[in-house]
Amino acid sequence: MENFDITNLTAHEILEKKLDTALVCKKLKEHISQVDNKVKAYISFEDTQKNGLPIAIKDNICVKGELTTCASKILQGFRPPYNATVIEKLAKANIIPFGKVNMDEFAFGSSCENSCYFPTHNPWDLERVPGGSSGGSAAAVASGLAIWALGSDTGGSIRQPASFCGVVGLKPTYGRVSRFGLIAFASSLDQIGPITKDVADAALLLNVISGYDPNDSTSANIAVEDFTKSLVNNVEGIRIGIPKEYFLPGIDTEVKKNIFEAIELLRKKGAIIKDINLPHTEYAVEIYYIIATAEASSNLGRFDGVRFGKQAEGKSMIEMVANTRGLGFGNEVKRRIFLGTFVLSHGYYDAYYKNALKARTLVKNDFDKAFDEVDCIITPTSPTPAFRIGEKLNDPLSMYLSDICTINVNLAGIPAMSLPCGFTKQGLPIGLQIMAKAFNEEVIFKTAYSYEQSTTWHKQKPKIE
Amino acid sequence: MALTDKDLIHLAKLARINLSKEELEAFSRQLDDILSYIDKLKTLDLSNVEPTTHALQIKNVFRNDLVKESLSQDEALKNAPRKEKNSFKVPKIIE
Repeated sequence: MENFDITNLTAHEILEKKLDTALVCKKLKEHISQVDNKVKAYISFEDTQKNGLPIAIKDNICVKGELTTCASKILQGFRPPYNATVIEKLAKANIIPFGKVNMDEFAFGSSCENSCYFPTHNPWDLERVPGGSSGGSAAAVASGLAIWALGSDTGGSIRQPASFCGVVGLKPTYGRVSRFGLIAFASSLDQIGPITKDVADAALLLNVISGYDPNDSTSANIAVEDFTKSLVNNVEGIRIGIPKEYFLPGIDTEVKKNIFEAIELLRKKGAIIKDINLPHTEYAVEIYYIIATAEASSNLGRFDGVRFGKQAEGKSMIEMVANTRGLGFGNEVKRRIFLGTFVLSHGYYDAYYKNALKARTLVKNDFDKAFDEVDCIITPTSPTPAFRIGEKLNDPLSMYLSDICTINVNLAGIPAMSLPCGFTKQGLPIGLQIMAKAFNEEVIFKTAYSYEQSTTWHKQKPKIE
Repeated sequence: MALTDKDLIHLAKLARINLSKEELEAFSRQLDDILSYIDKLKTLDLSNVEPTTHALQIKNVFRNDLVKESLSQDEALKNAPRKEKNSFKVPKIIE
């Protein structure tokens, strides 16, 4: 029983084999002490005496009494007086938070480089980024530093790092999982979701965290099905749409090749492949960066140095708040608050913010129309594999464009998963994205599980040297 | 469209963020890039399109106004950087 390999261990195996969770925690701690100095996935690690199945938690999800800082200087030292709803739900299932993992500050970023602590490294190539903003969650799961993890996804922050690190990441339908206790970025887009070593663990974790919560008025009051029932190796008759707008000339040739091989595999297993159109895809980045920054500029108004975090000097209240925010926020946070303040400001509101909301309707209509014809949609998760640390740091626009395949999903509120579908010649993971209609995660699980059963990508682990 | 220094200083004031001269210069360049990119939205005809503020069209979520257990004063003040006599402490607001 003591003979298990922690890097490959999944939560469903721990449960099936009834492994001693205290022993799992002990092995995990040993592995962290040996490897995390290279990957740097964890921000804080509190040696609790609690016993249960361990899970890594993104640093923007409140865990009572434990440091929760959104990787920002402005929240340093903050220990929430309550648990997020997802943490309460995990506790009821005997799953315990086991350390807080790194992220881009306030989840603003696609590389995990915007953390106030340090960048996290991609376990497949330590010179490269793990993706973001849930980069710590994905890197920890990929390198066996966590059995599984929670992340949050506003524009791809679960799926893009899952794709860069070769693990499974699911953004549930908007409203599926309560955000109470998730430090808000863009409230009409944010969703908490699982990052796991395989599809079965994603289903298991979604079962635990889903459901209506009166503390989050946007959570959907609908019954939650048992997602593990969708872990069926059968795609016969499932209609899969392939939107040509996601395969533009800028896409990496190896990414494209692997995605088409995955589609071919599903076709051979009995899926029906159809070409579809999502004509407003090209406006995604524009719409997203207006809506997300507008909502963020409002949500981040609460960081004023009064109730939590650091307070700077200042002769008046206004001066104190401006100094606190000037010193406490990092560059990307300031840039996005600026952009959000601008698009909401007098004279520009209609031209930018209101038009973005209208264009969002067109994006949503595209998906509604597509889902009349198909059950799910397959695209790459990211147009390229993981890029180098520092490569895009001083070019925010090129960083924003790396989200192009993931953000429309958040604008439409639909669920989508990224799962491993191969490697480049250099050995970097490639992610396949499966999208479905709102509250239709079952078809994603079914398709993803069937694909996973016919491949071994998810069993390959990085050698960290 | 290009933002002037005056625009940026005004935005910094609205956003309540104190910025150095170097930060203002860097942001000015980067925001110009981003804004000229998002100007592409103007090529869409949006005249007859309704805005979507939320993916789920939820309206008016009500609850009963009941007294429930909440955070104690001690817990609520625990993370405050400055406090005095069971209150948050801030610099003078009214001159």
